[in-house]
Amino acid sequence: MEYEAVIGLEVHAQVHTRSKMFCACPVVPDTGNLPPNTYVCPVCLALPGALPVVNRQAVALGIRAALALHCAVQPLSVFARKSYFYPDLPKGYQITQYAHPLARNGYLEVDVSQRFCRIGITRIHLEEDTGKLYHGNDGTRVDFNRAGVPLLEIVSEPDMRSPDEARAYAMALRDVLVYLGLNTGDMEKGMIRFEANVSIRPQGSGTLGTRTEIKNLNSFRALSRAVDAEIARQIAILNSGGQVTLKTLGWDAAGEQLFVQRNKEQAHDYRYFPDPDIPPLAVTPEWVASIAASLPELPRARKARWVAHYGLREEDAALLVPDRALAGYFEAAVKHGLGCGVAPQDVANWMTGEVFRLLKARTSGITGARVSPERLAALLRLLYVEDAINVASAKKILEVMFETGESPERVVERLGLSQISDPALLEAVATRVIRDSPTQVAQYLDGKEPLIGWFVGQIMRETRGKAEPGQAQEIARVFLERERSNRF
Amino acid sequence: MIALCDLTAHEALDLLRSGEITSVALTASALDRILAVDNDVCAYLTLTPEQALAEASAADALRRAGQDLPLLGIPVAFKDNLSTRGIPTSCGSRMLDGYVPPYDATVVRRVKEAGAVVLGKTNMDAFAMGSSTENSAFFPTHNPWDLARVPGGSSGGSAAAVAAGEALLALGSDTGGSVRQPAALCGVVGVRPTYGLCSRYGLIAFASSLDQVGPVARDVTDAALLLGVIAGHDPADSTSRLDSGSDYTAYLARKDLAGLRVGVLQSHPEDGIQAEVADATRRALKTLRDLGAELVDVSLPHGVYALSTYYLIAPAEASANLARFDGVRYGFRAAADTVEALFSRARGAGFGPEVKRRIMLGTYALSAGYYEAFYIQAQKVRTLIRADFDAAFEAVDVIVGPTSPTTAFMLGERVADPLEMYRADALTLSQALAGIPAISVPCGFDAAGLPVGLQITAPEMQELRMLQVAFAFEQATDWHRRRPSLIESS
Ligand SMILES: [Zn+2]
Repeated sequence: MEYEAVIGLEVHAQVHTRSKMFCACPVVPDTGNLPPNTYVCPVCLALPGALPVVNRQAVALGIRAALALHCAVQPLSVFARKSYFYPDLPKGYQITQYAHPLARNGYLEVDVSQRFCRIGITRIHLEEDTGKLYHGNDGTRVDFNRAGVPLLEIVSEPDMRSPDEARAYAMALRDVLVYLGLNTGDMEKGMIRFEANVSIRPQGSGTLGTRTEIKNLNSFRALSRAVDAEIARQIAILNSGGQVTLKTLGWDAAGEQLFVQRNKEQAHDYRYFPDPDIPPLAVTPEWVASIAASLPELPRARKARWVAHYGLREEDAALLVPDRALAGYFEAAVKHGLGCGVAPQDVANWMTGEVFRLLKARTSGITGARVSPERLAALLRLLYVEDAINVASAKKILEVMFETGESPERVVERLGLSQISDPALLEAVATRVIRDSPTQVAQYLDGKEPLIGWFVGQIMRETRGKAEPGQAQEIARVFLERERSNRF
Repeated sequence: MIALCDLTAHEALDLLRSGEITSVALTASALDRILAVDNDVCAYLTLTPEQALAEASAADALRRAGQDLPLLGIPVAFKDNLSTRGIPTSCGSRMLDGYVPPYDATVVRRVKEAGAVVLGKTNMDAFAMGSSTENSAFFPTHNPWDLARVPGGSSGGSAAAVAAGEALLALGSDTGGSVRQPAALCGVVGVRPTYGLCSRYGLIAFASSLDQVGPVARDVTDAALLLGVIAGHDPADSTSRLDSGSDYTAYLARKDLAGLRVGVLQSHPEDGIQAEVADATRRALKTLRDLGAELVDVSLPHGVYALSTYYLIAPAEASANLARFDGVRYGFRAAADTVEALFSRARGAGFGPEVKRRIMLGTYALSAGYYEAFYIQAQKVRTLIRADFDAAFEAVDVIVGPTSPTTAFMLGERVADPLEMYRADALTLSQALAGIPAISVPCGFDAAGLPVGLQITAPEMQELRMLQVAFAFEQATDWHRRRPSLIESS
């Protein structure tokens, strides 16, 4: 029988606020070497008597995400206690939202290998992160620096049908959250974590099969590999006449294997009830409107606009869109370029090629680059509009610009890289090269035509690289052919 | 001549302001009294005498420098569930034995900022769960009027300390009657404020939607004074009200109670009201009528459900509130090889039987499949009880009745019967569920010479009206002036 997979995702994303969800402790990026338990207070350590106070900035960012995902922000939402015991959970309950989440009923549009899907968003709610356990030989230690950091949980509808779709949705969601400025998108630091619900059913069936849950997926690769493995496992069970049972699974990323965390009978009763320490959270329409007014253009819309208005290739747009700073830089360079005749696609080529290469060698990122978008456009104008330099020179100039922060014109002048485009000059050089190389000319005329490259190299050497290679090759060919007709 | 520690706070403040006494002398007098009687009364869990004398001398220095504050130089005590920076705070439980908070509860900070001198921390039923202070993990407190009897609870230590002159003022906490009932049983004044009037920040939570900090004092003026100090919005407590309290002492006195409509509840036989308590209440109502008040019968149809409602909501909230006591970060810890063993040993050995009983009750009430039938249902009844009061207060200004069905019972008398113990709070639960203020003031004595308390209940945020009625009653009677004989012999 042919089976179809039904996949839903729960995404937990850290919300980049100044302070934690319910206390004034700063949220500090986890550099890995922060001294443990230094960003803590009575509230996030759950000292007796301490009380939570909702962080308005976290709510505002939650609303921002809700609006970007086309959700209905709820006028009244309720924080609830989710009870379970674990050493990294200081209060013995997590404050989360349960029956009354911050927002409901949205969607995210995703492109999966040229196909377009709309993935439903069931709900979005705010909650707090736990501490972190460190297991060592001398026992287990717990660090509460992360305890109480705001998290946004985004629950999708079971609208995905393949690991690829799940992965595409996860990536698109990551891009949106990064665009909204509420998450760095740094998967390695656990800024976004996934849980997948997976079930299978006979192709064309309208009912849902028994689902399993895969927890703690920390990369896109882990997500698609784990979902893939789980679909295969469920198909094997059904094909051998068995039944899928409710389970919570984990994913061993190193061994690429699923393992059982909990069976149905071990399921927790979290005993949710409204947190009496926190009055219901009221969100006014005015507040929502003011946040809506400040919503940026989102990645997918921006990509579509670039393709439509700039004539950009899809794949280049896809490379340039996700990083908001980079996208902004690109767009600024395109605007300057359009003013002086540089094609957006040329800007894109240089961004995805040379600029990416130069950025990779540096740690500062695009925001720390010493080349402004305007100067990148100016360089490309010298190359494509004025023909003042050749490609090789342009690459060299850009590298120098990245080092020194100089203007392209100044680098051209200082290094004497301005291109020889005067045909008379090039023709003189070509004549000299042909006169001085009778052996090579004879070989060429004997049919060893690839030698044309050698002649071009000679011309480039004579002009110290300032000749435009295409032009040099054309002149060499014309002159050699003229030599041929002279001889016969 | 009476000892300085037997003065009310406002009398002591008059003398401090006129320079007739010093805070050091006043504090020393309270410490002497503690030395003399606390071996018998056992009101305190922790004493801070050196610190208290240093604070007293600093208060005197401030006063000499021309400064004055609402409580400058007045010795006070805090119930041991109020976090006090640098002073052990056990909540009456082994679980927190040795725990020293790094911060002050907001109400503690406000009392300290008002210039008070801290004598120490008072005994209580562990985690405020109890009505006799016998659930303290350390020792029971004894009623200063009869040492064989309980002081009530859970703020029994605070009420006994104030009654015996071991503190001029004290703070307690009232979840279902824990300030008012011990105040009644110890012959002092106890206030439960409107929910949200006083910050809960730093008060070790029992049942968050019911807990309120309240003053214990020897007369209404003192209670009003202390309430004024602790009331007011606190941004650290999201359930704290934005509309603040006021200077209650300035407006206490009313010429009479003409025009005041006093609601009187018909008592039910199942309330088990002791005949002498009923008599004292009747006489008190007559006093109010003599002062010009009009007595009006009122009914709270859902009042009979208060006990069962309370014993679903309070344990449910407690079951989550007490989950933080897991032996990982502070407090009682038992050696264990696994995390599960660490949790269960710490909680198994750290909590006493009453706390465990309520955690079990609450866990059950919140469990899947029972949540709707128990917790949600209880919340609905709570709304009905609140509506009952709203309706009653359409017709009357205050409601008056007994605070406790009985006077102080014998130590050990109800220990074996939790339900009988729960009934001690039968008359104080519905105000807590409704979130409205009530005060207990002395209104007589039974044949055994034990005090009887009169409870005056007012609508939300009508503390001033409630205090005015209590003050007028107090002015017309002298019950509040009587002191336990224990004092004379000390
Ligand atoms: Zn904190």
